Amino acid sequence: MNKIEAKNVDFYYGSFHALKGINIAIPTGEVVAFIGPSGCGKSTFLRLFNRMNDLIPGARLEGQILIDGNDIYDRSVDVDVLRRGVGMVFQRPNPFPKSIFENVAYGLRVNGVKDKAFISQRVEEALTSAALWTEVKDKLKESAYALSGGQQQRLCIARAMAVQPSVLLMDEPASALDPISTAKIEELICELSSQTTIVIVTHSMQQAARVSNKTAFFYLGEMVEYGETKKIFTNPEKEATQNYITGRFG
Amino acid sequence: MALQFDPAYNRRKRRLQTAVFGLFRLLSYAIALVLFVILGFIIVKGISVVNWTFLTQAPTDGMTGGGIWPAIVGTFYLMLGSALFAFPVGVVSGIYMSEYAPGGKLVAFIRMMTNNLAGIPSIVFGLFGMAFFVTYLDFGDSILAGSLTLGLLALPIVIRTTEEAFRDIAPSYREGSLALGATKAQTIWHVLLPMAMPRVITGLILSLGRVSGETAPILFTCAAYFLPKLPASIFDQCMALPYHLYVVATSGTDIEAQMPIAYGTAFVLIVIVLVMNLVAGLIRRHFEKKLNTK
Repeated sequence: MNKIEAKNVDFYYGSFHALKGINIAIPTGEVVAFIGPSGCGKSTFLRLFNRMNDLIPGARLEGQILIDGNDIYDRSVDVDVLRRGVGMVFQRPNPFPKSIFENVAYGLRVNGVKDKAFISQRVEEALTSAALWTEVKDKLKESAYALSGGQQQRLCIARAMAVQPSVLLMDEPASALDPISTAKIEELICELSSQTTIVIVTHSMQQAARVSNKTAFFYLGEMVEYGETKKIFTNPEKEATQNYITGRFG
Repeated sequence: MALQFDPAYNRRKRRLQTAVFGLFRLLSYAIALVLFVILGFIIVKGISVVNWTFLTQAPTDGMTGGGIWPAIVGTFYLMLGSALFAFPVGVVSGIYMSEYAPGGKLVAFIRMMTNNLAGIPSIVFGLFGMAFFVTYLDFGDSILAGSLTLGLLALPIVIRTTEEAFRDIAPSYREGSLALGATKAQTIWHVLLPMAMPRVITGLILSLGRVSGETAPILFTCAAYFLPKLPASIFDQCMALPYHLYVVATSGTDIEAQMPIAYGTAFVLIVIVLVMNLVAGLIRRHFEKKLNTK
């Protein structure tokens, strides 16, 4: 069963052709990594899955992106409902200027959940699943900015998980963090993959190798190769992939 | 050949630096000095006049005695009235310009017009207020007409500070909220507005400080030379501190007796503006502490 499918996707920023004829199928429950040099289009592609690129003026999409078989760019789709089901974690931790509790509760509140007991329970579950509960359970009312960078990023993961998304998009989630925090995030990805399908963009090939089941290599707006992570990193079919993973460019 | 540096050159460049920085320091001190001289002048001349009677009584004896209470009240009403008009309109416009307006020529044009509005001489606002609010809308010379005219004057400042406060918020906060299924309006209300608040409030209060000292806009729209009673409704005229200062300093019957009153009025006006600026700073700090973003 495929969670996400992209069919003949072309994407333009104005006249710049950012993504060229991409086809991919992401199976449910997998962790898929997008790798490639800066500017190759991997983040752009990721941001199509929750329609984040809608915000960019002059951007244009051709082709189809299906989640659970439904075209998410169809006119009938409410973008806020789509995004509730497709969570996202960003490159830099971006907690809101609110308390730790309210940060995690935010997604529930803006989607109309009012039951206080339920919200408290979900906040605890989400913080637990982001391996943050024991560290913050005594200071839920404190500002999220009192946390360290790594904790803030795990808070953002908890925030995304609180609304129980079926897909979690991660855009270089550890690139602004120290090695220990990075290791914690990577552990988390493995644990969260039992709850949700994860697509992660990363600059670190080691990270892709550690956390993902499948890897897609992007270069100059094209998806060069996509397959089992083990195969991509040990026996890639394309020369460009081979050159990239051995560090010859990028 | 070994590299040789000229020690005299190093001495010269350090001397030049000392001289130039000295000049910078002198200039910045001079600016502070001008402010202190103005303040000191008004304080020295005005403080002896200011006492309880001066603050709480109406003028008496053909403006040569009594106090300035009606003018203080009038200025307060005008500030409140212009705030009630300019704040909602200005903040909403600023948010629209930053968050909703499609980019491009239209917004650039509106922004240019807003900036031009800020550059229009205040007497022209006064003239417009007289023609539009007083005559056309038939509000008469009134607190309502004066407040709206002053509100127009404050509007560009409020719009600009609001727009800039929102514009300076990193896009990742908007994306973070939208990515959770929040609408644009929810994002603005729950995330962006609290973050922009310190600067918005500061802009609001500074614009009020500006409004409180304006004379020209109320000259034709509201201000009364002398009123024995306090205004009873927004359709009454009122006295106001800057206009009162103007009339006692220029058009009295007994300038000798009136000048102290003029200085006293100036003193009160300056204190009001300084207190407003101080309050703006405190409120800003309070909100920033609450946000604690850095």
